[in-house]
Amino acid sequence: MNGRFGEYGGQFVAETLVGPLQELEEEYHKALVDPEFNAELDRLLKMFVGRPTPITELHRLGSTENGVKLWLKREDLTHTGAHKINNSVGQALLARRLGKKQIIAETGAGQHGVAVAAACAYLGLEATIYMGRVDAERQAPNVQRMELLGARVVLVDLGTATLKDAINAAIREWISRPDTTHYLLGSVVGPHPFPTIVRNFQSVIGREARAQFLEENDRLPDAVVACVGGGSNAAGMFSAFLDDPVRLVGVQAAGEGKGGQGGHAAPLLYGDPGVLQGTRTYLLQDDDGQIQLTHSIAPGLDYAGVGPEHSHYKDTGKVEYIAASDNEALDAFAALSSQEGILPALESAHAVAGALKVARESAPGSTILVNLSGRGDKDLTSAMAALKQREETAR
Amino acid sequence: MKRLEQTFTDNRTKDETTLVAYLTSGYPLLGETVGLISAAVDAGADVIELGVPFSDPLGDGPVIQATGQAALDTGTTTAATLDVVAEARAAGVEAPIVLMGYCNPFLRYGLTQLYDDARSAGADGFVVPDLPVDEGAEWLAQAEASELGQTFFTAPGSSPERMAASAAASRGFLYVLAANGVTGVRSELDPGIDAYLERVRAAGDTPMAVGFGISRPDHVAALHGKTDGVIVGSALLQAIGAARDAAGRRQAVTGLISSLKAATR
Repeated sequence: MNGRFGEYGGQFVAETLVGPLQELEEEYHKALVDPEFNAELDRLLKMFVGRPTPITELHRLGSTENGVKLWLKREDLTHTGAHKINNSVGQALLARRLGKKQIIAETGAGQHGVAVAAACAYLGLEATIYMGRVDAERQAPNVQRMELLGARVVLVDLGTATLKDAINAAIREWISRPDTTHYLLGSVVGPHPFPTIVRNFQSVIGREARAQFLEENDRLPDAVVACVGGGSNAAGMFSAFLDDPVRLVGVQAAGEGKGGQGGHAAPLLYGDPGVLQGTRTYLLQDDDGQIQLTHSIAPGLDYAGVGPEHSHYKDTGKVEYIAASDNEALDAFAALSSQEGILPALESAHAVAGALKVARESAPGSTILVNLSGRGDKDLTSAMAALKQREETAR
Repeated sequence: MKRLEQTFTDNRTKDETTLVAYLTSGYPLLGETVGLISAAVDAGADVIELGVPFSDPLGDGPVIQATGQAALDTGTTTAATLDVVAEARAAGVEAPIVLMGYCNPFLRYGLTQLYDDARSAGADGFVVPDLPVDEGAEWLAQAEASELGQTFFTAPGSSPERMAASAAASRGFLYVLAANGVTGVRSELDPGIDAYLERVRAAGDTPMAVGFGISRPDHVAALHGKTDGVIVGSALLQAIGAARDAAGRRQAVTGLISSLKAATR
């Protein structure tokens, strides 16, 4: 691990955090080759998380687009309902190895917060979760879940009161107590070694999905699609297909569908390289380098930056990045629910919407594997309100 | 850079602690910043650390973060801050001025252009809290080419090797974080600070300035002889924020800086 993905990544942090990051990296290297650690992680993934998750073939959605066949990797079927639990369990085990009983985390959609709270409850660690007040209002059921799971939830009012500000608050808290706490970062963002550690803990998604798809189809999918906010579910999914002749597509949040400032959360489409929260990556920033406001109907995608590995994939063309708007995500949310009986998270609905776009340009009979990163229970209130408002506006 | 070195050398000779006063550029108004710099220097500040506001200042506590946001709201930019430095020089300020800011606005400005313009404006160096020495090679090269200072940090948990590396790389002075955490007024200095400062001193002979939590004359007096400099930020900005008008703000700066300076001797 050199901490770089091409020209992206690195460790742009306060000096206070350099020691703890080195300690984390060293312990992670030891854990990687420790059979006991790996056995415990595998056991927890099986017995607590519920792995392997299945892949599901869709029968209606997508079939009208050139007869394309869509398959879903079902991370929504994990314990706590999203891929976030894979990384939370892994890092919680690492924290225990490091002798740290206190965990700090941040959450946007609440899925990471719930996963951290659950993993910490199971492993006997104390959890404090930072969440933007705006996100907390959008994701009230997840706040209740976190509290019931024994975590302390701290609401953040600063800035945009969304994910970026929750990460800032968590990092500040970590700077104050680096000796006794582990910052359980929830995506492939932040300073080295987090982007690598989180991607590796999420790579189980891709490994399983690739083997399962081969087993079912005797061939690889033509395309693999995943949503990208910070980008952890996509990084985990794509990691297994990087050497395959498979089209990889990341879907960012186009928000209101206009490219202008503040109306979206798609730095890979509309941003420029810069440094945010410890890493060099694509960012939404103004001419003076101030971080811009973002918007997405999906709290987990509502982020001005993106994992540095994705920035590298964008520049090298290894992965294509497209965007789906709030409206397109809502359409996919409703369609997947009513046509296939699967209620996706609004984040994952962006991936489904993106997959339908890919399907329209694919050859007849192509196959697309979509990572369904999480389930949509948490989004019911906000999604139903948005759908209703759309109906009323259309009348 | 020479001005910066000379200031620390002169104060060492006089057995005085160098007093670094932190002001946020554009707080409360861009038009008042030069006046506040002058007030601080006239009252005894040896070095001015002028903060360039950033939307996501991870090393700043609530006081400095709020001043930065207020400055951003009134349109303070990196370029505007360089103009402030030039205006301060035109107004006769001779004390060294170092620019404190986070990586992203500086990178956006362009490092070569930034260091060229900073030198032209009359600045003496840079302090970048999210730039550890390992990431600093390009910045340091620019600082050397422009003959400007470049300050790196050391923290209570830094290893002796890292302390030595940060001290050796720093041009002008080494920023010694008095405590883990973000900037802000603290009532007491850490009880282990003396031993920590001895470890820093052993890491190299670069002048060292202690910041984070230094707010009162008794803090400054307690550090006399143990560090080359002290940095006061949040307390100064709190005093500025509590004043009612421009004249009151200048008075607040004069009052606090005078009392702190008296404790440096």
